[in-house]
Amino acid sequence: MPHITNDDVDVVIVGLGWAGSLMAIELAQAGLKVRALERGPDRPPEDFAYPKPADQYGYATRNKVFATPRDAALTVRYKQDETALPTRKWGAFAPGTGVGGSGLHWTGVLIRPTPTDIKLKTYADKAYKRGTLDADMRIKDFPFTWDEIEPYYDFFDKVCGLSGNTGNLRGQVQPGGDPFEGPRSNPYPLPALQDTLNCSMFADTARKMGYHPFPNPSANVSQAWTNPYGAQLAPCNYCGYCSKYPCLNYSKASPQTTILDVVKRMPNFSYRVNANVIRVDLHKDRKTARGVTYIDEQGKEVFQPAKIVVLSSFQFANVRLMLLSGIGKPYDPISETGTVGRNYAFLSNGGATLFFKDKHFNPFATAGATGEMFNDISPGNFDGPSLGFIGGAKIHSSQATGAPIGTALPPGTPSWGKGWKEGMVDWYGRSMKISITTTCMSYRGHYLDLDPRYKDPWGQPLLRMTFDWRENELKLQRYLREIVLKISKEMKPDAMSESFLALDSHWDITKYVSTHNVGGAIMGTSPRDSALNRYLQSWDVHNVFVPGGNAFPQNFQANPTATIGAITLMAADAIKKQYLKNPGPLVQA
Amino acid sequence: MSTPPFSRRNFLKATAVAVPVAAIPLHELRAKGLEDVHLQHYQPVFFSAPEWQFILAACDRLIPAEGKGPGALETNVPVFIDQQLKGGLGNDIYLQGPHNITAPKTLGFQLPYAPQNVYRRGIALVQQAANARHAKPFQQLSAQEQDALLTALQKDTVDFAALGETSLKASQFFSQLLGDTKNGYLADPMYGGNKDMKAWVAIGFPGARAQYIEWVDQHNVPYPLGPVSVSGKRA
Repeated sequence: MPHITNDDVDVVIVGLGWAGSLMAIELAQAGLKVRALERGPDRPPEDFAYPKPADQYGYATRNKVFATPRDAALTVRYKQDETALPTRKWGAFAPGTGVGGSGLHWTGVLIRPTPTDIKLKTYADKAYKRGTLDADMRIKDFPFTWDEIEPYYDFFDKVCGLSGNTGNLRGQVQPGGDPFEGPRSNPYPLPALQDTLNCSMFADTARKMGYHPFPNPSANVSQAWTNPYGAQLAPCNYCGYCSKYPCLNYSKASPQTTILDVVKRMPNFSYRVNANVIRVDLHKDRKTARGVTYIDEQGKEVFQPAKIVVLSSFQFANVRLMLLSGIGKPYDPISETGTVGRNYAFLSNGGATLFFKDKHFNPFATAGATGEMFNDISPGNFDGPSLGFIGGAKIHSSQATGAPIGTALPPGTPSWGKGWKEGMVDWYGRSMKISITTTCMSYRGHYLDLDPRYKDPWGQPLLRMTFDWRENELKLQRYLREIVLKISKEMKPDAMSESFLALDSHWDITKYVSTHNVGGAIMGTSPRDSALNRYLQSWDVHNVFVPGGNAFPQNFQANPTATIGAITLMAADAIKKQYLKNPGPLVQA
Repeated sequence: MSTPPFSRRNFLKATAVAVPVAAIPLHELRAKGLEDVHLQHYQPVFFSAPEWQFILAACDRLIPAEGKGPGALETNVPVFIDQQLKGGLGNDIYLQGPHNITAPKTLGFQLPYAPQNVYRRGIALVQQAANARHAKPFQQLSAQEQDALLTALQKDTVDFAALGETSLKASQFFSQLLGDTKNGYLADPMYGGNKDMKAWVAIGFPGARAQYIEWVDQHNVPYPLGPVSVSGKRA
């Protein structure tokens, strides 16, 4: 039995990152008593005053504001018949912790998927001949239309002060933007960031070759901005410490800079930090939750009663809490029954590094989102069906940070000794990258469940991830490689290195890709094959809502944050307008 | 900027025979910060005296003094490694067993050792290998012999298992040591390495300036200002 029971609240929010903060302000503004529980520490903006974050070793190498594997590891295996092993050090991905979550130290690329991406199954059924795609592929449509979700993207763009070039305004393609973007109801709130040298070199070459580059849509704001909640952002000063760092200039949209400063002033909102939620407590009939139990910083078990439970921790932490709490039926890949854990997907990256001995890229002078990209190679916009795979990628030249630890040197440079040292002197600041960020489909055998052997420091089982590359994703990589190398050669670098997956590659958990893990508790139209309905409400326990990347049925080439913001805002709207009046399932199964 | 002349060979010779005379207590280092430490006067807080001799000698080959740019000793890289190991490097690792050390490399780090153990065991094993091959400890080998032994570690042609080690491979120790050496060379000086920001000066990195709003659109123009550190020093 818990030692302590807190006062009742209307809404308890588990995890105070982007999704939790959006839910907090939306529901607090509706007059509800809201309490957020965050497993990590508080991260007030004064901790990140200039020049504290300007420390590559502390923040980017030692992961100062991330969750530790010690506390938050999961286990990984490639196939169902293998014994999974723990992620003892972070590699391919690194989740955040603490107030703001990963939203505190993300790069700030805020881009929407295309209308085809959100209806991928419909597209695949139309464009691909039956039997041409992997029989185990389990891609699905998102359970809403473009017109239904667009207003929420639009609002989140304004929350973040999205900076960039409009590509499609109410159906009219605009010069300088992404011609493949879905129609937007309003232009980008702010103009694009300044291009750096790598951006203009890449964009000029790509344009000459017939592609349609545009500036990376950025939540590092190009000009001063006051958002709809009244929070203010300052123009980005291109400090060069962005991806993996908290912003030292109040320029990167984060829960802190765009929401928390406002909601913290509301008397009906409160939050607890170092509060590690270990389960959602259900009523006897298991149809509703009565609250959550957490371990506080003194190690005491605390029960927090609540009428509504929002699970808004990181993607895999949400799935794990559902499994630990018995919310929904665990997925079984053999019988393909159960829903919690299914449709897990990651993503791949890769690219070329181009070295120019006579160029100064000044990589330290950059915003996190600085870059140019094109979307020509996205589903429906190129001839994927004749190539035998489905998917695509953002192809981009970004310059998220330019601090020197980990500097790439030309092939053949020794990894230590005089050669390495002189390589650093000769080549630091003289290279740029052309990269791919790919889609990743979902498959019957890729899923999440609880590990039978390994436990966290609180004695609870780790989440187990079963995942590997499939032929579809590897073929896509090989196709993208040809495009990237063609562009790279056109730019005539003095030296070049490349990094793409081979057709026999296994997923390498040691190489950072991106913390864009998705799926596991997906939104859908039926409780048979999805854990959540379109309002992110559990089909099984109707007062539990689970916003996050966990809701995506597969990964598109766009970064996930814009969509996490949009689906969370759509869910908050449904809670305010429908659920409060009539608590119960918002969609009839 | 100018720096006092630093005689690497004399220093290595002197420290090879004796523990540094003018040891600075740790609390004093913390009070003053690690940026003003002199390597010759530094008393290690993690490494034993014999281990310290190895670290000094190995760092001196991994980033040597010869050629363009400062070496690891001139930039206090050993101080950085020693302080990191004492200061909790690796305390974020998930270390619960069971450990499967034969797992594919792509499944990542599976050793039962925190970095502190990797160094303790690794140094002892390298010294065994050096003694077996040359009848001398690593720090007394010629630069060529040291480079050859480090290369053998990197390529796993030194067999730690044959020396009785059950988990750690030579290449794993080497990559921990090399990674920490490079980190110490390029990190902010507050951590004890990159003394006087000499590595940043050599490569042209402005450090913690972190403000380039008037510079970002000046394409292909070398940045004119030297680095500053988080503590506000300039070089």
